Amino acid sequence: MIEQPIISAHQLTKRFGNFTAVNAISFEVQKGEIFGFLGANGAGKTTAMRMLCGLSIPTSGTATVAGFDVYKQTEKIKKNIGYMSQKFSLYEDLTVKENIRFYAGIYGKSDEFIKEKTNRLLKQLHLESEANKLVGSLPLGWKQKLAFSAAVFHEPQIVFLDEPTGGVDPVTRREFWNMIYEAAASGITVFVTTHYMDEAEYCNRVTIMVDGRIEALDTPSALKQTYHAATMNDVFLHLARKANRNGD
Amino acid sequence: MKQFLAFVKKEFFHIWRDKQTLLILLGMPIALIMIFGFALTTEVKNSKLAVLDFSKDVATREIITELDASRYFDLVGVIHTYKDIEDLFHKGKAKIIIVFPPSFQSNLQHFNTAPVQIIADASDPNVATTLTGYAITIIMDYQKRLTQNKKLPYTIQTQLRMLYNPQLKGTYSFVPGVISMILMLVCTMMTAITVVREKETGTMEVLLVSPLHPIKVILAKAVPYLLISVINIISILLLSMFVLDVPLRGSLLLLLSESILFTVTCLSFGLLISTVTDSQQMAMFISLTGLFLPTIMLSGFLFPIENMPLALRVISNIVPARWYYQIVRAVMIKGLPLSTVWKETAILSGMTVVLLLGSLKNFKIRLA
Repeated sequence: MIEQPIISAHQLTKRFGNFTAVNAISFEVQKGEIFGFLGANGAGKTTAMRMLCGLSIPTSGTATVAGFDVYKQTEKIKKNIGYMSQKFSLYEDLTVKENIRFYAGIYGKSDEFIKEKTNRLLKQLHLESEANKLVGSLPLGWKQKLAFSAAVFHEPQIVFLDEPTGGVDPVTRREFWNMIYEAAASGITVFVTTHYMDEAEYCNRVTIMVDGRIEALDTPSALKQTYHAATMNDVFLHLARKANRNGD
Repeated sequence: MKQFLAFVKKEFFHIWRDKQTLLILLGMPIALIMIFGFALTTEVKNSKLAVLDFSKDVATREIITELDASRYFDLVGVIHTYKDIEDLFHKGKAKIIIVFPPSFQSNLQHFNTAPVQIIADASDPNVATTLTGYAITIIMDYQKRLTQNKKLPYTIQTQLRMLYNPQLKGTYSFVPGVISMILMLVCTMMTAITVVREKETGTMEVLLVSPLHPIKVILAKAVPYLLISVINIISILLLSMFVLDVPLRGSLLLLLSESILFTVTCLSFGLLISTVTDSQQMAMFISLTGLFLPTIMLSGFLFPIENMPLALRVISNIVPARWYYQIVRAVMIKGLPLSTVWKETAILSGMTVVLLLGSLKNFKIRLA
C-alpha cells in the first residue's frame, strides 16, 4: 500500500500586488520525513510555509496538509500541526511550566494529559529544577529546545520550524537536531526552513528555493552528485548565484 | 471554551508578573481622585482681600467683617491711599480690593444710596469674575437685611438656587471626568499595547497557527483589562462617595452598566489601534495623542463644550468620553434614569459596534 503524502503542493503561488513571492511550487512530503526548505533571505521560504500553515491564503495552485485543503480547511490544518517561528516564541515572563501548560491548553488538551506529559518532558530535558523559573532567565539554547518541545507537545502530525536555530551555538544546534530526529522517529513529519547548510545535510530531502521557485529538490547526497559539489554549501552557492532578487 | 480560559489565565500571569504596571493601573485612579479632590480645585477659596475704607463707620465695618468671615475671602490688609492699590496688586498681596468712599453710612441713610467700588486683579479673568460675584452677593445680602423692615416702592428679589450642587463643589464635575480618563487609559492603551507586544515578540504568529480562533485571541486579551476597569470604577466611586462626599443620586446598577459599556468602547478602540500598529511605542503614541488628549480637552470635563468654537464642538461629538461624561454626570449627580440618557447610551453603543467591526475587519485583512 502506498501512503498518501502528508503534504502535497501543486503549482502553489502567492502574489502581493505585482510581486510574486512564491512562484508555482510543487512538491510532496511523506509521513515521518525531515523535509528541508533552503533559500536565501527573501527567496519565499517563509511565505510558502505560511500558506501551508493556514496563515496566508494562496493566490493560485492547490495544496493539502495532513489531508486538508489550504483554502477551505485551515481550521482543521491548524489542529494537526505545530509551529515554531524564527523569533523566540515562548513568553519570557511566564515560568517553564506555565508556558507548556498554556500551549497545551490552547490546543484543548485535557488536564491529565498535560500534567503527565509535562513531568515526562521536564525529566527528558533535565529541567525539573527549573520548572518554576521564568523562561526569561534560561539560557538561549534551553529556551530553543523548550520552544520546540512546546511546538510538538500536543502531538501534531506535522511540525513546521521556521529557521529554528538562529543564534544558537553549534553544540546546542546538534542537540536540537537530536530532538528533531526523535520527533521524526515518533512519526511526526518535520518541515524545516534554514540557511545553515550543515543542517541541510541532516534532512532526508532538501528543497532549494531561488526567487520564489524551486530550483532543486532531492536528497542531500543526490544533490551533491548532480551538481558535482563536495558539500551542500557548494550546491547552494551554485544555485543561489542565479538569483536576481536581493535579500530582504 | 477551555482553550479560551487557558488563554485568559495566561493574560493574568502577564499582568501579575509585571507588578509595577499593575500598581500603576490600580493606584493611578486613587492618586488622581486624591489630587483632584484635595489639591487641584476650580473653586476660589480664601482669596486675599484688602479694603480702602475712607468712611470707617458701622456699615462699612459690618460689611468688611462679613466678607472676612466668608470662606471665599481672607482680609489681609487695610490701606489708606489710592496709591497703595496699585502697589498691593503689583506685589500680588491682594486679589481683590474694596473701596468705600467717605460718609458711606450717612449717604446710605439720608440719600438711600451709596456707591462702593470693587477692584479685582483680572490677570486671571475667571478668578476675577468669580471673586467679584462673591463680593457683590455678600454686599447685597447686607443691603437686604438693612431694608428688611422698611417698605420700598419697588424691589425685585432674585432667588438663586444652585440645583444638584448647591455648594458649587468642583469635585462634582471632575469625578465623572476622572472615571472616563482612567477607563480610557487602562482599557485603550493597555489593550493596544498587550496585543502589539505579542506581535513584537513573535508569539502572535504561533497563536495564529494554533486552532484558537483569532477573535478569541483578541477577546481573551481584553478580559483582564475589563476586570481591572471594573475594580477601578468601584474604587473611584467608593472614594468619591466616602472621602469626597460626592453623592450617588441615581441607580448604581445603571451607572455600572453604562461604565461597562464605555469600557467596552475603549477596549474596542485599543483593539483597533493594535491592528494598525506593529510597535508598542507607536501604540502608546496613538493612544495618547489620538485619545487621551481629546478626552481631556474635548469631553467637557475641563473646558465647557458650549464655549468652544464650532469646529471643536463638532469634533467633540466623536470623542466617546464626551458622551460617557454626560451620562455619569446625569446619573450620579442629578439622579436621572436611563430614559433621559438613552440618546448618549445609544451613541456610545453605536461607536462601540463600529469600532469593534472595524478592528475585526482590519485584523482579518492583515491575516490573509
